[in-house]
Amino acid sequence: MPAVLFYLFSALTLVFGLMVVVLRNPVASALSLVMSFAGLAALFISLDAYFIGIIQILVYAGAVMVLFLFIIMLLDIKAEALKKVNAFSVVGGALLAIVFIVQLGMILGGLEAGKKTVADVPIHFEAAAETQKLPTIKDDLAKKSLPDTKLVGMALFHRYPFQIQLMGALLLVGTIGVVILSKREVN
Amino acid sequence: MVTLNHYLLVSGLLFSIGLVGVVVRRNILTIYMCLEMMLSAANLTLVAFSRFRLVEGLPDYNAQALVFFTITVAAAEVAVGLAIIVALFRARQSVDITAVEKLKG
Repeated sequence: MPAVLFYLFSALTLVFGLMVVVLRNPVASALSLVMSFAGLAALFISLDAYFIGIIQILVYAGAVMVLFLFIIMLLDIKAEALKKVNAFSVVGGALLAIVFIVQLGMILGGLEAGKKTVADVPIHFEAAAETQKLPTIKDDLAKKSLPDTKLVGMALFHRYPFQIQLMGALLLVGTIGVVILSKREVN
Repeated sequence: MVTLNHYLLVSGLLFSIGLVGVVVRRNILTIYMCLEMMLSAANLTLVAFSRFRLVEGLPDYNAQALVFFTITVAAAEVAVGLAIIVALFRARQSVDITAVEKLKG
């Protein structure tokens, strides 16, 4: 990915992320978050993580944000009245963020591995095609195309089958919990 | 030249924007959105490390499996959290966190 696209998409992600915090209308915040997630998905795709990038759009920008907008509509929330912001929390929040960024900058400055670019660590298609056993993945790698979704599927179902079932149970428990929480009490 | 540090810095900035939002904002829905933003920022770090650490010539797909699990947990968390917010709104007629102060000492 050209550097200019990286800067464009990271600026998109950060500016719209900032707008989520700054804007007072919850609907505007939610729509800004959708844009921020779209920029983030582009960054994922620039890192050759096509599956995660698409999932980011489908699940976050699609399902989760629609749920947010639906709840905002359901509760009929108006924009917050312009009241005096709590100066203590603003100063505290800004201080936390600045300390975090300074600390991160100090760590990144000394990180030798962090000075590599994507071009420095190219994907070795020939070597990978020899070690992979599944024919469909082998064929894709021999054609020098990255079968990203197949490889994520291999990792999930080959190495983490129990965890996948745990996730299914978690979603089921979440669904039941939501139904019980939103049920009106009948007196 | 876009290095790994660039990705990590963008992720850190996005995380701290979300952190400021959680601390500063008082609308509980906006706080939830900022939480989602922080989770996504952590995902960006994971995906960046996954691409820059090659295993057998391919990106490290263990990290991307972890991102998949994070997204699943975040989706479940949003569903339950929004149900709690709806229940809270029914009881208090407000989504301002200053309206919820029963546990205040």
